[in-house]
Amino acid sequence: MEPLLDVKNLTMDFGGLRALDRISLDLRESEILALIGPNGAGKTTFFNCITGIYVPTAGDIFIAPPGKKRERINGLAVHRVTERGLARTFQNIRLFPDMTVLENVMVARHCRSRAGVLGAVFRDRNTRREEAAIVGRSYEILRTVGLSEAVNLLARNLPYGAQRRLEIARAVATDPFILLLDEPAAGMNPRETDELEALILRIRDAMKIAVLLIEHDMRMVMSISSRIVVLDYGQKIAAGTAAEIRKDPVVVKAYLGEDSDA
Amino acid sequence: MKWTGEIRKSFAIACWFMFLTFPILVIRVNTIEKVIDWRWPNMLYIGAGSFAVSLLWRYLMGRTAGGSKPAAPEGDAPATPLQRLREDPKFTRPALLLLAVAALAYPFWVSTYQVNIMVTALMYVVLGLGLNIVVGQAGLLHLGYAAFYASGAYTYALLNHHFGIGFWTALPLGGLVAMLLGILLGFPVLRLRGDYLAIVTLGFGEIVRLVLENWNAFSFGPSGISGIPRPGFFGVEMNLQYATIYLYFLMIALCLFTVFVVRRLQDSRIGRAWIALREDEIACQAMGVDKTRAKMTAFALGSTWAGLVGVIFAAKTTFVNPASFTFLESAMILSMVVLGGMGSILGVALGAFVLVLLPEYLRVFSDYRMLLFGLIMVIMMVFRPQGMVSGIRRTYEYRENESVEHGTAAGR
Repeated sequence: MEPLLDVKNLTMDFGGLRALDRISLDLRESEILALIGPNGAGKTTFFNCITGIYVPTAGDIFIAPPGKKRERINGLAVHRVTERGLARTFQNIRLFPDMTVLENVMVARHCRSRAGVLGAVFRDRNTRREEAAIVGRSYEILRTVGLSEAVNLLARNLPYGAQRRLEIARAVATDPFILLLDEPAAGMNPRETDELEALILRIRDAMKIAVLLIEHDMRMVMSISSRIVVLDYGQKIAAGTAAEIRKDPVVVKAYLGEDSDA
Repeated sequence: MKWTGEIRKSFAIACWFMFLTFPILVIRVNTIEKVIDWRWPNMLYIGAGSFAVSLLWRYLMGRTAGGSKPAAPEGDAPATPLQRLREDPKFTRPALLLLAVAALAYPFWVSTYQVNIMVTALMYVVLGLGLNIVVGQAGLLHLGYAAFYASGAYTYALLNHHFGIGFWTALPLGGLVAMLLGILLGFPVLRLRGDYLAIVTLGFGEIVRLVLENWNAFSFGPSGISGIPRPGFFGVEMNLQYATIYLYFLMIALCLFTVFVVRRLQDSRIGRAWIALREDEIACQAMGVDKTRAKMTAFALGSTWAGLVGVIFAAKTTFVNPASFTFLESAMILSMVVLGGMGSILGVALGAFVLVLLPEYLRVFSDYRMLLFGLIMVIMMVFRPQGMVSGIRRTYEYRENESVEHGTAAGR
């Protein structure tokens, strides 16, 4: 079975600084792969390289969407990467604050719809049908993440936890086969984190989406990820299952601290 | 307690102002009699004036700071009359009807001069709505809008001068030329953001004006092109009065058309992409929106309206020269959008009316026009940065039986 995402020797330099040094990893079908490491280890840079926000200095990123051909996506524009089926959330929430919750999700349907200016002005039958489909699908996704009550609120007025969930909903609405979550549990209390965990599992199982996860909340990482990759100073220092990582002396030293049951 | 503090602060400000203006407003050297005139009353006026303004300012600031708190619980707040007028069809329909009747009767009620002013106001409404696509919706600060306005006007003027092409043929052509120009400018420029985009568009506007001013062989330079025919109506001869009324109804039609198109665009896939782009460019791209394409569409569409109005402008004044398309014109249209409320159709229309009609009827203050103008802008930005009317987002309703229903689009 070919991996959905296959990253080989990915390197990213910023001037003289090597933010990522020959990182290789792969993501397999219906897997939740966690990317952990101390602040500044290069996790978000890794996401930015994969999603096209940065063009990597060297290395290859291959994707193999189910039922489609394997493709190298280095240096593809951001929206093209989304079109190929990789969707992401952001570490610092980046919603569209002055749009409603529903509209936020509807924007994400942009790349799965095609109405143009003329369609918008004349509102012909195809456009109307497409609009209805966009609204319907967006509602459905909002219901999945538990925001169906809030659809007509402005995104800026949502509580923090709901904003995080809306960001996930928005990413899911682009019909991805890989979901990249950048610290989704940041700033959440334990109960919210548990709900989030359940949501991620639900998305993976119901929509057949593989998840690549950056997270600092070790309890969550250890419980939901099938495998964990550890980065430190731009280098991959360990990879393996939760149990293996927990015992790895290098990781314990670099990240988890002396108290390895953190 | 709070008030004594405020008064004391205002008093300090008044003293400070009196001190600052002392050398220029109080002392006057009379060079003929070689004495110094002490104009103490001036000092008093300055003191009293600055005290009053400062106190008013503090009062208003206190009100905005206090007023934002009770507004926080959204949704259940009682609607203001304006909101009800805009959202409740029971109020919106009669209001629109009244407006329509007033608009129809207007030219037969008042003098040609008044109709003419109204035509100008309507032209600016359309220009404002066009620029609103670029600035208000897509969030691209565009300071060279007059260039596209000029391109429409010159398209008609030149085509008519050289080939005798009439108004109705020139109208779509003017829009088309402006659109192509917009796309042409868009290619290199739209990778820039914010301030940089503003500077480049500003420069572009000036380039177009300077070319028109100096390329005599092409545009007849500063002397412009005169004798441009007014819009025809199946070859009917019209005197000035009827021609103006005709133009008025033409503008009403164009306004309605513009509002129709802009509203439909707002609620479409493309309109949503524009607003998302304005709100957060990176997130918008990550959602699969092609940034360059969305910006280009906004730019091209916005320019088209400028071109259309340009043709009408040429037909209305029967004369074009580069002096009509200075930076001031761009700034004026931009102010309408900002003053009225970015992204809101009603707001932009209101802004255009205010900024065209006020100077027209306050001729007394014509010397202080720019001063007042600046003052209004500063006050607006401090107390109501969202403009006179802020945009309402469309809401949707969803029926549980899996079929999807569009909710009532709120009147905007």
